[in-house]
Formats: sequence, structure tokens, C-alpha cells
Amino acid sequence: MSYQVNKKGYYGEFGGAFIPEMMHPNIEELQEKYMEIINSYNFRQDFISLLKHYVGRPSPLYLAKRMSEKYQTNIFLKREDLNHTGSHKVNNTIGQILLAKALGKTRIIAETGAGQHGVATATVCALMNMKCIVYMGALDVQRQAPNVKKMRMLGAEVIPAESGNKTLKDATNEAMRDWINNPVDTHYIIGSVVGPHPYPDMVARFQSVISEEIKWQLDEQMGRELPTRVIACVGGGSNAAGAFYHFLDTDSVELIGVEAAGKGVDTDETAATLTLGKPGVLHSSRSYVMQTEDGQIIEPYSISAGLDYPGIGPMHANLHATKRAKYLWATDEEVLEAALELTQLEGIIPALESAHALAALKKIDLKPEDINVINLSGRGDKDMETYLNYFGY
Amino acid sequence: MKNRINQLFQDKKENILSVYFTAGYPKLDDTVSIIEKLVANGVDLIEIGMPFSDPVADGPVIQHSSLIALKNGMTIKTLFEQLKGIREKVNIPLILMGYLNPVIQFGVEKFCEKCSEVGIDGLILPDLPLNEYQENYREVFAKYNLHNILLITPQTSEKRLVEIDEASSGFIYMVSSSSTTGAKNSVADFHIDYFERIQNMKLKNPRVIGFGISNQETFYNACKYAQGAIIGSAFVKALEGETTLDEKISNFVNQVVKTV
Repeated sequence: MSYQVNKKGYYGEFGGAFIPEMMHPNIEELQEKYMEIINSYNFRQDFISLLKHYVGRPSPLYLAKRMSEKYQTNIFLKREDLNHTGSHKVNNTIGQILLAKALGKTRIIAETGAGQHGVATATVCALMNMKCIVYMGALDVQRQAPNVKKMRMLGAEVIPAESGNKTLKDATNEAMRDWINNPVDTHYIIGSVVGPHPYPDMVARFQSVISEEIKWQLDEQMGRELPTRVIACVGGGSNAAGAFYHFLDTDSVELIGVEAAGKGVDTDETAATLTLGKPGVLHSSRSYVMQTEDGQIIEPYSISAGLDYPGIGPMHANLHATKRAKYLWATDEEVLEAALELTQLEGIIPALESAHALAALKKIDLKPEDINVINLSGRGDKDMETYLNYFGY
Repeated sequence: MKNRINQLFQDKKENILSVYFTAGYPKLDDTVSIIEKLVANGVDLIEIGMPFSDPVADGPVIQHSSLIALKNGMTIKTLFEQLKGIREKVNIPLILMGYLNPVIQFGVEKFCEKCSEVGIDGLILPDLPLNEYQENYREVFAKYNLHNILLITPQTSEKRLVEIDEASSGFIYMVSSSSTTGAKNSVADFHIDYFERIQNMKLKNPRVIGFGISNQETFYNACKYAQGAIIGSAFVKALEGETTLDEKISNFVNQVVKTV
């Protein structure tokens, strides 16, 4: 069984392109050209060179000794937090800005939750001299103020989305509306493995540099390419897709995604889509969606703005349905404690999103011989206020 | 039985006025009275909006009305209950318009069956694209004599226009300019060359122009290039305010059409 996308844009029964006709020319153009462009020699050269010299790749694969000791196992951290702009998001925006240029687009739009994807998009737009508009939920504009300032300094226009819960879902709606209203000159840089085909596949391919590096880095350090398991947090699921990618078809590698349970999966304040959602159509693809009996989308909640999303990428929906990957959840409280633990054991302050992956260590059976790779998707600078308020420093 | 949409386009060749409103807005139980009053004022075709929490193809006005309708408690189930018996009162074609997810959750076959029971003639589901419709929905729509109304835009290629014309059975919904609903409201924004290009293609289906039609001027202007036009956001907006529904609806419709 292959866990990759098929020709029609489906992962098993999930995916597709449920787009209004107004978006059809843009999506069709992407579907027809993306593989040819990203496989072309020039694109590969530019992509690899920018990842190396601009982003700072490869990101280290770090054996966290004190943490390994505490959990009596081997814990490696894939340090996406050390990328330029502070998270894995830049791998994708570098790829998509090169793609947008190849398509002759001059205006870029993006949606952002925590602001990491917005900052990564604003950054590559500055780099490539492209006009950049970032939609961000009005609530997230408030709770992620430093990232908003960064985006503005980078020359992007940040437009607060005032609809719904004023978070990531609503920012995504506004970005889609913008694209419908600007069908010719604009490319929409989606930040996760969500949206209509080919976005889930395209973003996963750009992020797959993570698992590609894990393989040779593990070989270099441990003399084997395959870990026992890979653990990553999941909102839309882009960092997890990148960390899983080259292991998808190797059944011996256990894949674990961790969703944001917010205040608990038995409360109304949660974002654990695979745990609580049902199959449905949101933001142009068929996947699991948190929804009411009537098919209205439920407003999600998480302390981490980046995981505060009621859907999930169709690749993950399929990995969940076929049981190839296991999806756990972690509450806000568990996540905060996990973040503090990493900070004090290893001197690394993680993003709240990434701390969800760390929180999984307490939920799985770890053996001394296991090699666990945790994708540390981003750094915690943007979350300092939340941390300081909670821990009272 | 002949579908009422086909009957309408056979009987009336020009200036067809179609009006969209969101079911359950401004009040939950306004649905049937809005339909009756639109019919009494001479509207030719009605699109009943099924509210959705995340209507990406709609602008702020319809988005807002959907939010209020949902807060009022509108669901597909409630809508079908409200529409029970509507065919004893009105004869013009009725279309349901909405997004795919609530329909999927209701159950597609059950939804179509209910539509046929209450006398719905067609569906507009903007996020149900042509290929998905052909592969998964066409048969069940046909079984219940429901037309699937497909959209075209100024960016739709000639090849795709032909495909859409082929797959259409009621009329084609021509989106006036690439936009969300209610985004533009001036005839100057219209792509006259696009209207003329489509007119010259001699498609087999009749066409109705929507998006950006808000008053008499834009309505008759659009009608020069198609059999009719659709008013959505402007009508939904007109439902706000203090006066009675009766007054709001007759004032609005009379402002748009000189003689029906």
C-alpha cells in the first residue's frame, strides 16, 4: 500500500480539490505544473542552495542526553527550531516562492496561526521582492504580537480576520476569498498540508527534507538510517508530514502524531481533530473535520495558535484511517510542563506547538534500545509571554 | 414531471429575476414568508441559501446572514420542515444553495430525496466541482430530478465551458467577475467582453448572471447578455432594518424591476 497521493489528488478516500469554480484556473494551473517545476534542474538548484545558505540546513539532529537519561531511552531532537525564522515553515515557503516565480505570479497571500508561517512567507517575499499579504485571525494578531511586528517590518501587510473565532480557520477563509477575488497575479502560499490538491502533496514534498536529513544524520551518528519511531505535533500537519515522509512506506518505523487537546478532549475547548472529528469537507479537501451533527465547523481551541485548527491534512487522515500512524493528544497543561522540562534539561525553549510532541513521551512505552526522533518544529520566542504567565517567572 | 427550471426558461426568454436569500435570516421562521412575498412581487426564481459556518465563496453580507441564521438555529432538517407544503403555495422554481459539508453530513441521497419531496428543482453547491459531481453525484441528482447548477467565471477556459455546458441541465450561473459575492456593485466592473464572448458561443443551456447585481441599472445591463440575473447580497442587505418584511421585499423588488 502506498501512503502517497494518487493522480486524482487523493490519499485513500481523503483529499481531492473541492474548490469553487472561481479557484479552478489557479488550482488547475498548479496541478498541471507543480511536479514539472519542482523537479526541474533550476528549481532543485535554487531550492537546495537557499535551504543550505539562507535557511541554515541541514538542521542538527541532536541526541538529547539528559532527556534520554530521564526517560531511559534514546531521544533525538530534529532541530527545525534552528532554521532561519524559527521553525520548519520556511522549508515550504522557500519552495513555494520559487514556484510562484516560475508561474509568473507577482503577489503572494498567506494565512497564519501562530505567525510562524506568516513570518516565513513575509521573509521569502522580502528575499524575492514580492508583494505579500498575510491573513491572521484577529485574536491571533493579539496573542502573537511579536510575529505581527516582524511581518510588518519585513514589508508584509497583515490583515486581521474578524470572522468566526478570529483564529487560523478564519484566516484561511479570508485568504481563500482573497484568491477568488485576485485570480490572475496571485499565488496563495498555504502553510500546511491542507487545502485542495496539489497543496497537501506539494507542501509535504517541500517539508520532506526533514525526514531525508534524519535518515543520513541517524546513519552518521548511530550507524542506522531507521529510527524506532518519529514523533511530531499535528495541527494541519506539515511538520509531521515532513518528518514522516521518507518513512511512510517503511512499516518498521512507528509514526506518532500529537494533536492539541486544549483543555481536554472531553471539553468544548479542544483542537483534537482526529480524536473528535468525522470525515467531511473543509477548505477544499475531504478529511477529518471537527463539526456538529449538521456539518457546521466547530471552533477549535488550543493554547498554541499554530495547532488551533478544526481540520487536518488528508495525508494524516489516511494514515489514521489505515492505522499506519498513531495519533495521540496532549492537553495545554501537559504541553506547558513538557516545554519546561525540555528547557531545563537541555537548554532549549520549544514552541508551544512542538511541546505537544514532547508531551507524548509520557504517553508511550519507551524501551532503552529505542531510537526516538522528535521533530522540534519551532522555537519558543513567540510564546514567552504565555510561558512567563503560566510559570510565574 | 417537467422540471420547473426548464419550464421557466422555456416560457420566459429575458429579464428573468432570480433572488437569493439565506434561510433562517433575519428570523428563523422567515423562510416561507420571504418566499411567498418574493413570489407575490413577481420574482421568477428563488435561491434559498443553506447557511454554513465557513462560506468561502461569499462576501461579508451573506457570511453575516449565515452566521445569524445559524445562531437562530437553522439546520437542513429545520429547513426541510419549513418547506413542507411550499408547493401548495408557490409554483416558481426553487433552488437550494449552500456548501457541500452540511449536505454530506445530512446524507447526499437522503438530502436529494427530501428535496424532491418538498419540491426543490435544483442545487447550487459552489464547492462541488465538476469532476466530483460527474463521478459521485450526477446519478443521484438525476434520480430525484434535481438540476445541478454549475458556475462559470471570466477565467473559465473555452474547453471547460463546453464541458460545463455539457454537464448542465438547468441553466449556467455566470459569475460576472472573479469575486466573492457582494464584492463589486458597479457595471463598470463587468467584463462586457466576457459576456459577449459567452453569448457568441451559443451554449445549449440558458445563462443567468450573478455577483455584482444590486439595482435596476445592473440588473437590466446584465440581462442584455443573458436570460436573467441573480441578486443576492443586495437583497440580503435590504432585509435589515426596522420596517416589515412585506415593505422591505416589495420596495426592493419594485426598485429593481420596472415591469415584470
